[in-house]
Order: sequence, then structure tokens, then C-alpha cells
Amino acid sequence: MLQFILKRLGLAILVAFTVSFISFSLLFLSGDPAAALAGETASGEDVEALRRLYGFDRPMLVQYGDWLFSALQGDFGESYYFRLPVASLIADRLSVTMILGVCGITFALLTAVPLGVVAAIRPNSIIDRIALFISVAGQAMPSFWFGLILIVVFAIQLGWLPPSGTATWRHFILPTIVLGYYAMPAIMRLTRAGMLDVLSSDYIRTARAKGANETRVMFRHALRNAIIPVVSLAAVQMGFMLGGSIVVESIFALHGAGYLAWESIARNDLPTVQALILIFSMFYIVFTFLADVLNAWLDPRMRTS
Amino acid sequence: MTEPLLSVRNLRLDIPTGSGTLHAVRGIDFDLNRGETLCIVGESGSGKSLTSLALMGLLGKSIKRNADRMTFDGIELTTASQGQMRRLRGARMAMIFQEPMTSLNPAYTIGDQLAEALLLHRKVSRQQARDRAIELLEKVGITAAESRLSQYPHQLSGGLRQRVMIAMALMCEPELIIADEPTTALDVTIQAQILRLLHDLGREMNMAVILITHDLGVVARVADKVAVMYAGELVETGPVRDIFNAPSHPYTRGLLRCIPLPGKTDRGAKLGTIPGIVPSLVGEVEGCVFRTRCPHAVAECRGDIPKREDGNHAFRCIFPDGKRHSEKELTV
Repeated sequence: MLQFILKRLGLAILVAFTVSFISFSLLFLSGDPAAALAGETASGEDVEALRRLYGFDRPMLVQYGDWLFSALQGDFGESYYFRLPVASLIADRLSVTMILGVCGITFALLTAVPLGVVAAIRPNSIIDRIALFISVAGQAMPSFWFGLILIVVFAIQLGWLPPSGTATWRHFILPTIVLGYYAMPAIMRLTRAGMLDVLSSDYIRTARAKGANETRVMFRHALRNAIIPVVSLAAVQMGFMLGGSIVVESIFALHGAGYLAWESIARNDLPTVQALILIFSMFYIVFTFLADVLNAWLDPRMRTS
Repeated sequence: MTEPLLSVRNLRLDIPTGSGTLHAVRGIDFDLNRGETLCIVGESGSGKSLTSLALMGLLGKSIKRNADRMTFDGIELTTASQGQMRRLRGARMAMIFQEPMTSLNPAYTIGDQLAEALLLHRKVSRQQARDRAIELLEKVGITAAESRLSQYPHQLSGGLRQRVMIAMALMCEPELIIADEPTTALDVTIQAQILRLLHDLGREMNMAVILITHDLGVVARVADKVAVMYAGELVETGPVRDIFNAPSHPYTRGLLRCIPLPGKTDRGAKLGTIPGIVPSLVGEVEGCVFRTRCPHAVAECRGDIPKREDGNHAFRCIFPDGKRHSEKELTV
């Protein structure tokens, strides 16, 4: 197990460096950053001056090394637009996104997994149909529309919850539901499919033949095996959610990292965009790594591969 | 005579399908005493596995089970509650399945799964359950038993897994053990070992064993009683000696001709086959189910078939001797 973890960790670090290099170079491929920064009316000399000021005249590998070295120390440079250190700018916004992301995925898992299990225990029952309806609706409904409906109903008509902002925990309830509902259908359907598959397997029959009761059969024998693909999916979705949802953050005026990313791209704020891409990629890598470890713990067959 | 451990009368299993009800098992009777080995033989699809699952109460929800009587040590299984069945399963009646490769949970160690069988039914400590697991692994012939406890199913071969399954079935010292073709998925060399083991353990622990198989060579070696199943019916039942020496139902004789028997089959003689296929069991089945493949079939076979009993030996045929004597003349 330890060997497996170390192996996966090594792999994750390798992937992290590769991703950082690709994301760094992609931004250079999108055009001359100095020209973009200087604006349309700038003279050739101004562009040249900017190029030297920001060091764009150096070879790309040198710039990458320089950037990476600072980034590893937590220094992502200064935002061109906000004129603030990128690190503190992101840290500020990231906390909002992280709260939202963690709440969103928790909400999704807490609703999707039990619903998927119940649907699998009684396939084609009324509960299964309701679960299917909920998941189809979640899949089909655009987040911005669902978010607006929630605001209209719960914030404006009923006045139970605030429509926007981040002041209290109550402000996070509606965005959590919207973001969680977006991730829920896939998790639910995968849980249901996994449970159905496992419940028809021979070792479930063995468990029953031993005299295990249904609760034990479902949770100890079936769910542990059925949840394995769900862990991988949830990890990817968690990575996605921590990357910030531009749509959800915009509707509820949560100024999180997703919103910041959108702003920075629009304003060509290179250091901020680079830092965000790096951080979002790291989330994916970390969660994929954690999912691998969790899966290896759940399924001993994965430890050897 | 003492009450048999297991007594089944007129067990019927019906499976509703799109094109009508499939009468998979139609009115079977048998008794089994403690310490006895009953072999149920028959072709694939004759209802052997369904019968064993019905005894264990492990049938799928869609299958309807009816019986005039199905008692285990005086407990009526057809009316037993879920809880009662659960307390019997694994504790007093255990089952070994056909597929050792997939019958163990891949997520837990052998030790966990063995211990669970005991912990579900007895108030014992984990350590006691572990000791019992080691004891039984040794009993089923697994070397280095203690180190196996921490292994996972995927680390064991098929033969070892089936031995683990047997050990698991024995954890609570059941009175009845049902083995559904326990060696089908295994190498020929392992098959004999496993069956010998089951037979010996049955004797040693005074367990009743139901062994489902289509290997008549095995039956000849281990059975006390034999039940020949064809298309959902027990066409012939009796002590093993009678079945092999005086096979009365034409189907039993057909089966016996399909295998070489030491001292009975001439060297170089052609082995027999039974022509035709098992009839569909959807809808009402009338008369003798074997008549479509029987060499002696006559018009009367469509009518009611009498059950002919001679002591413990019973068979169903329109002919008093099942045409046994005329057939002998034909083959000799």
C-alpha cells in the first residue's frame, strides 16, 4: 500500500510539472503578451519597453524557470490589472470558491449516493422513477436558469434566504444547491448502475448464504465495491468545482476564483491567469491522487497494478 | 425411524416470463437424513440449482416457490420468516457455489470473510473466529493457513478459493451443506480432491450433504442416495446401489450409457448419447416429460404417469419396470 502511494505521488508530481509547463507556454502561444499589454495605440518603442520591463525578451525556458521558482515559493508576481500580488489576490477569492466547492460536492454526494442506492435496491420502483426524474432534470437544466429560479422563489417570493453575496453561511445555501445539483445526476446514475451490477454478483449471494442481513449485504458487501467508480468521478467533479463555477459565482455575486479567472482572461492579466491555471490543475491532480489512494484502500486489486 | 433432517414434498418453482409461466421445478419429493450424501444429477437447466437455492431461501424475487412440505429439522421453510431463514443460513445450512472465482468478495481478506460467517451467528471474539478460520483452512488442506488470512481472493487460485468457500461453509458446523457443482470451474486434478474432501468432512462431522453434479463418476464414489432430475422433475430416486445396478427410468439408463463405468462398460464400446433436447417448460406440461426423447415412448406416456416405489427406490414411468428388461436384451 505504501509503495502504491509513493508511486502515485511521484506520478502526480510529474504530471504537475508537465501541466505547469504546458499552461505556461499556452499563454505565450496565444500572442505577443507585450503587444497585448501595451494596447492598440502604443508605439513600437512602448511595446519594446514593456517587453523588457516584464522580461518577455528572455528565452521562454528561462522565463518558465524563473516563474516556476517563484511560484514554488508562493510568489506568482503582480497582477497587471489589480496591481496587487497575485498570491494574495487569489487567496482572497479562493476561500469563497473552496467553501462553495466543498459544500457543493458534499451536497451532491449526500443526495446522490443514498438516492442511487435506494434506486438500485428497488429498480423500476416509484423511488427509482423519481430519482431518474430528478437526475434528468438536473442534467437538462442550465445552472443559470435553475439559480435564477431559486433566487426568485426563495429569496424574492419567500424571502427566506439572501439572493447574493457572501456575508453569512446562509448566503451559501442557494449556490451550494445549484452547484451540487449540477454534479448530482452523474454521481447518482453511476451509484445506481454500480449497485445494480454488484448486487447481481456471486459474492452478494455468498453473503446472503452466510446469513448476513440485508443492511449488511447492502452496505458492507455491495456499496464498498459499487462506490469505486463513483470515487473517481467525484474527484474530477471536486476538481472542477474548486476551479470555480463562473456561472454560479456570477449569478449569486460570489466573487470567487472562477469569477476572477474570467475577469483576468478578459483583461489579459497574464500572471493571474497563469497562477489560476496552475492552482486549478493542482486541485485536479491532488483530488485524482486522493481518489486513487481511496480506491486502492477500497479495492485491494488496485494496489498491485 | 427418526424424522429426516430435510424433507421435501411436492416442491414447485414457477418463473413468470413474457410468454407464459415457466414451470422450472414441478413437484419434487425427497428426504435426507443426517450424515447422508444425496447427489442430484441431471442436465444443465433441469432445475438442480434452483432447487438448492429454494432450500436456502435464496431465490430471486420473481420466482414463485410452493411446496406441500419443506422442513428442515422440523422447521417449515416455506413459512419461515426472513429472520428465521437468516438464522438458519450459514449457521445450520450452508451452501457452496459453482463459481469459486467470483463467489468471494474482492474487497475483503479471506480471514475477514471466514470470520464473518462465524461472527454473524455466534457470540465469539474476533480472535476466536480467527482461530476457527485457521483450523478450518487447515482442515480443507490449505497450507500456511495463518498467512492466508490476510490475503485477498484475487491472490488465490480457483482451487484454493473453492477450498476457502468450503471452509467458510463449515465455520458454524452446519447440519446440512449444499454444494452446487462445486468443481465445475476447476481443473480435473483438483475436482477429485475437492469432492473427496467434501465427502470426508461430511462423514466426519455427521453432516447431510446435497451434492449437485452432472458427473456420474463422482456420484458412484460419494453418494448414499441419488436423485435423477430431468426437466424439473425427479424421474428416479433411490440408494446409489439401486440407481447404478438397476436403473429403472429410461433417462437414468440413458445418462449411465453416456459415461464409461469401470467393470460395466466394455473396452472399446461406443458411449451412448441421448438424442433430442430438453422440452420447453413454459405452459402446462402433461404426461412424462421425457417421452419426446424416450426410445420406448407410447401413446399412453401423454397421460398420468404412476410413481413406482420399491422400498426407497422410486421412479415415474408408464412401464412397471421402466422397460429395463427389454432394453438389456436389446443392448447385450
